[in-house]
Amino acid sequence: MTRLLIVLPALNEEASVGDVIAEIHDEVPDATVLVVDDGSADATTERAAGAGALVATLPFNLGVGGAMRTGYRFALEHGFDVVVQVDADGQHNPADVPALVAALDGADLVIGARFAGTGDYRVRGPRAWAMRMFAGILSRSARTRLTDTTSGFKAAGPRTIALWAEHFPVEYLGDTIEALVIAARAGLVIRQVPVAMRARAAGVSSHNPIKAGIYLLRATMALAIAYVRPRSAYGIGEGL
Amino acid sequence: MSLATYIVGIVAAALVLTVVLVLLGRRRLRERHAVWWLVAGALALIAAIFPQTLEWLSALLGIGLPVNLVFFVGIAILFLVDLQMSSELTRLDDRTRSLAERVAILQLEVDRLREASNGPGEQHGEVQYETDRGPREHREP
Repeated sequence: MTRLLIVLPALNEEASVGDVIAEIHDEVPDATVLVVDDGSADATTERAAGAGALVATLPFNLGVGGAMRTGYRFALEHGFDVVVQVDADGQHNPADVPALVAALDGADLVIGARFAGTGDYRVRGPRAWAMRMFAGILSRSARTRLTDTTSGFKAAGPRTIALWAEHFPVEYLGDTIEALVIAARAGLVIRQVPVAMRARAAGVSSHNPIKAGIYLLRATMALAIAYVRPRSAYGIGEGL
Repeated sequence: MSLATYIVGIVAAALVLTVVLVLLGRRRLRERHAVWWLVAGALALIAAIFPQTLEWLSALLGIGLPVNLVFFVGIAILFLVDLQMSSELTRLDDRTRSLAERVAILQLEVDRLREASNGPGEQHGEVQYETDRGPREHREP
């Protein structure tokens, strides 16, 4: 029996977090749900606790990276075998969680990919170019075809949990791109499973070309730094 | 160079050194951070007392105006100190983040233990602490 922890990083999600938790309880009744409240100013913590989730409330905002590292630490300390990251805004469909967990058989990390055929999630402009470029580079590192490297919908097995509890990147965009670079460089087996994003997510990406350009620059820099950093920085010198 | 300029130079350098040493003595400045300020103060004092050393060194390095050497060394030291501060800031940030994550997990565990010790049906047990966030809502068991 695998012990499954679903982690929801949440910043000011009081409107949706309760519904998402209820839906997870329906779709994945065996899972333990941990909401990491990333310094919300609203009632996220209270709503999540009221919906029956465990809640770790960060004293101030750390970003998705810090929230997720808290989740992986909690999982490691409490002996969970699998961690699935699900966004608290409802864009990820909890019904996809079992498919992600099933794909962990023979893999250490499974990404719920938004461009792999299912759903109608579309991005255009510099953001799309950046995403395509990252997918190409990371596919080479991971020795498998990845089409969506910026997805937050991920399932992590025991080896990934052990690595990320210590080394989940907390810098800008670290929770997506650099986290995958670390996993790939540590020799973990990465796989992707197609998922559909739900209405709330589609279209929220920035349509402002300046913002998209800045995103492209910062993301490229984050990627470059992730590769330049010596393997010893992740404590993965001799493989895992 | 007039006598006044000469004295002003020495007093300024001595003042820098004194302030650094006093802060060190009061433990308001870590030795790790004080090193560069001590080096800068000592160099300034030497150059102030013996301006010839400055001229001699400038000639040796082929610098036409000795004052340019002063600017160069000054900027170099400020640059290094700034870099050290940035690096230190990064380290402190890492530690603060790590502590915040640990606090969140511990808080969660303390809440659960407290709930468990209050037992079911005793929604308002004797041990009622208020956290800095105010009293927490009790969860459904």
